[in-house]
Amino acid sequence: MAGIVGYGAYIPRNRIKSEEIARQWGKDPQAISRGLLIQEKSVPGLDEDTITISVAAGRGAVARAGIDPALIGALYIGSESHPYAVKPSGTIVSEVLGVTPEVHVADFEFACKAGTEAMFVALGLVESGRVEYAMGIGADTSQGAPNDALEFSASAGGAAYIFGKERLLVEVLDTYSYTTDTPDFWRREGEFYPRHGGRFTGEPAYFKHVLSATRAILDRSGYKASDFRHAIFHMPNGKFPLSAGKQLGFTKEQMAVGWVVPLMGNSYSGSSPTGLAAVLDIADPDDLILITSFGSGAASDSFVLRATDLLPQRVERAATVKSMLEGPRHYLTYGEYAKYREKIILND
Amino acid sequence: MREVAIVGAGMTRFGEIWESSLRDLFVEAAAGALSSAGADHVDHILVGNMSGGQFVGQEHLGPLMADHLGMAGVAAARVESACASGGMALNMGFMAVASGFVDTVLVAGVEKMTDGADVTNVLASAADQETEVYHGITFPGLYAMIARAHMAAHGTTEEDLAWVAVKNHKHGAMNPKAQFRSEVTVEQVLQSSMVAEPLRLLHCSPVSDGAAAVLLCPLDQARNYTDRPVKLIGSGVATDAMALADRKDPAFLAAVEKSSERAYKMAGVTPKDIQVAEVHDCFAIAEICCLEASGLVEKGQGAKAAASGETSLGGRIPVNTSGGLKSKGHPVGATGVAQAIEVFEQLRGESGERQVEGARIGLTQNMGGSGASSVVHIYQGV
Amino acid sequence: MPSPRYWREKANRFHLEAARCQGCGGVTFPARTICPACRGTEFETLYLSRKGKVVTSTVVHVGPNEFQMEAPYAMAVVETPEGGRLMVQVVDCEPSDVLPGLEVSLEFRLIRREGHGGILCYGHKGVPVG
Repeated sequence: MAGIVGYGAYIPRNRIKSEEIARQWGKDPQAISRGLLIQEKSVPGLDEDTITISVAAGRGAVARAGIDPALIGALYIGSESHPYAVKPSGTIVSEVLGVTPEVHVADFEFACKAGTEAMFVALGLVESGRVEYAMGIGADTSQGAPNDALEFSASAGGAAYIFGKERLLVEVLDTYSYTTDTPDFWRREGEFYPRHGGRFTGEPAYFKHVLSATRAILDRSGYKASDFRHAIFHMPNGKFPLSAGKQLGFTKEQMAVGWVVPLMGNSYSGSSPTGLAAVLDIADPDDLILITSFGSGAASDSFVLRATDLLPQRVERAATVKSMLEGPRHYLTYGEYAKYREKIILND
Repeated sequence: MREVAIVGAGMTRFGEIWESSLRDLFVEAAAGALSSAGADHVDHILVGNMSGGQFVGQEHLGPLMADHLGMAGVAAARVESACASGGMALNMGFMAVASGFVDTVLVAGVEKMTDGADVTNVLASAADQETEVYHGITFPGLYAMIARAHMAAHGTTEEDLAWVAVKNHKHGAMNPKAQFRSEVTVEQVLQSSMVAEPLRLLHCSPVSDGAAAVLLCPLDQARNYTDRPVKLIGSGVATDAMALADRKDPAFLAAVEKSSERAYKMAGVTPKDIQVAEVHDCFAIAEICCLEASGLVEKGQGAKAAASGETSLGGRIPVNTSGGLKSKGHPVGATGVAQAIEVFEQLRGESGERQVEGARIGLTQNMGGSGASSVVHIYQGV
Repeated sequence: MPSPRYWREKANRFHLEAARCQGCGGVTFPARTICPACRGTEFETLYLSRKGKVVTSTVVHVGPNEFQMEAPYAMAVVETPEGGRLMVQVVDCEPSDVLPGLEVSLEFRLIRREGHGGILCYGHKGVPVG
């Protein structure tokens, strides 16, 4: 059986509170916080991008795996904010992590699902025996247009997973993907900010795919919602995952640990993978874990996972999600945020 | 080896000289030096210049300047050692005459810094591009790191640094060629804007245009040009690790110590014999470190020298009577030659209200980069 | 920065590759052909640990154009346990807290970008530990 042999996450230290953004645009801070269930979101520093976040998360994964990174035969990074339009993020990350040159590398993009997509492909290559270890990373420094609902959620962060067949921290019991063509959210080549279909992003997009994928994997694997200790659903805001989980029969307690969005925002390709990392940080041996991602366009990937005895012994080898979410934070004013996110027009 | 003398000098005022180009500045200073000595030809021209290429896009300064001096045909070349380019040109001119290779050498220094280049970036090219500048360090930043190290080692304070600026402005206020002819107070220095902690704007030398030139010849021919030649009796050059991270003690400028020792040895004098000195105060901390490394004050005692009056006019060893780089201005390639002119005039008794009475032996110390190169000259009135 | 110039420094910028002189034991970072201390030419390759202590520091308030958006920012000479010294920016903290003796870890960050269309240049920066 194949599974996760190492994982790591990274969340930048900068934050902006929802109320600070609301104030900027004359909106009611309480109404926003209540509506989205997001208190604050992470913001990348001027020196942080998908590549640096991937390296930080990847270093954590290598440390927890305790393997020679040169044995990693494939490395995939899912992101909708690769720093280069043409030139892979993965080559830089592979080089820094010491994975090159005998490695298959690709950058993925699938809105918020690109991270689990990278994990899905990495797992498949390990299961097939094509490579000994493979790393899948989801990371983003996503942008929401000023005064758009997404500005309250679009954040930065990521998580990295190394898959292998021995000394597993987590077994992968099953996977499932559910995909249709649904134009709920997009960004054309050369555009700075994405656009979305408003309420069209809800029922026909997020909920249809998350519910369909999750129901199918439960059906396939023979588990029911109550069998799981933890469940993570993609977190475009605070409300959607709780609502989806409830419709699927999951309780708030099952979703509590992986529901990192109130303090982190939606780190797009990093969102559900970071939620999973938060769960692995505290999971007990034999805990069953369900994760369902969602990416606009649209699709969901689902994984059924089971923690092993080894997992708790490896947690302390890298920073936990909680330590980064609740650790030292630097709060930005909207002006600083606009500067950090390069929303201010400067002279060359 | 022949004895060598300075027999003529000329320089522009230092400052933001909007109406003059790089070549205009050179010609004004060089023609001044030639006419002061009544010389109508030279054998060799050396142009100290840090970065004509980056400041105004002009390289190949030897022939350009010879041409504009009406001397196309004369041997000429540019000499570069960052901010020590002028001093290095003087050292090479000294060697050329002393060796008998040529008789008359025009040694000039020139820099045009205000024509729109990103000065911070250009000056940073005197640091290690790959290991220092790449990461965002600036020149004031490097000296600020030296200052912090000096503070940690010797208890130097921001006020000690301020006193260096106060003293040099006081001297510069009396220099008609200086960029800033105004005095400043310790309070003004300590309230000026921060450039690189702990260095503030008034701890730093300014961005300047300017040129300076001297004429060298064998001492036994000096009377053809002047009644009051000044003998060059010592010259020392030394280098140090380029990057600050590669020096054991970032608070100590080893190249300044070595170049000073070499110059003292050649001149047969000791620091105690020096009666007037110009040292490289590109930043206030630099004057303190250079005084210590050159032996003009004891190691660890540099910090208090300005405040105590020891290095002021009328003090034990007046330093930077010209106003130094701080007040006189710092057109980088010109500085080393301008320092020589200040001592040349002091030893000839021509310094007016800045005159150090009875000065017979003087010293100049010119530094490149964050201290990776240093040139020291020792002069004696005849 | 032309990309070949950036690319050829990968060993030190990405991996903190240094060299220990077999003659005098001195560590040079980046690696060199000739030991600056003893002129030895036999070296053992080593990789600096991603941690160290600030030797001296400053806070740059007036930066070069490419760094002006980041000012004020802290810079430090950091010494690693192997005795390698390197100049780095120190981030994720109050710049004025970066003083000699501070312990930092070295993290992979974007160092500079070449205008809007040029390459992105990465390397390591210090982040205070704890």
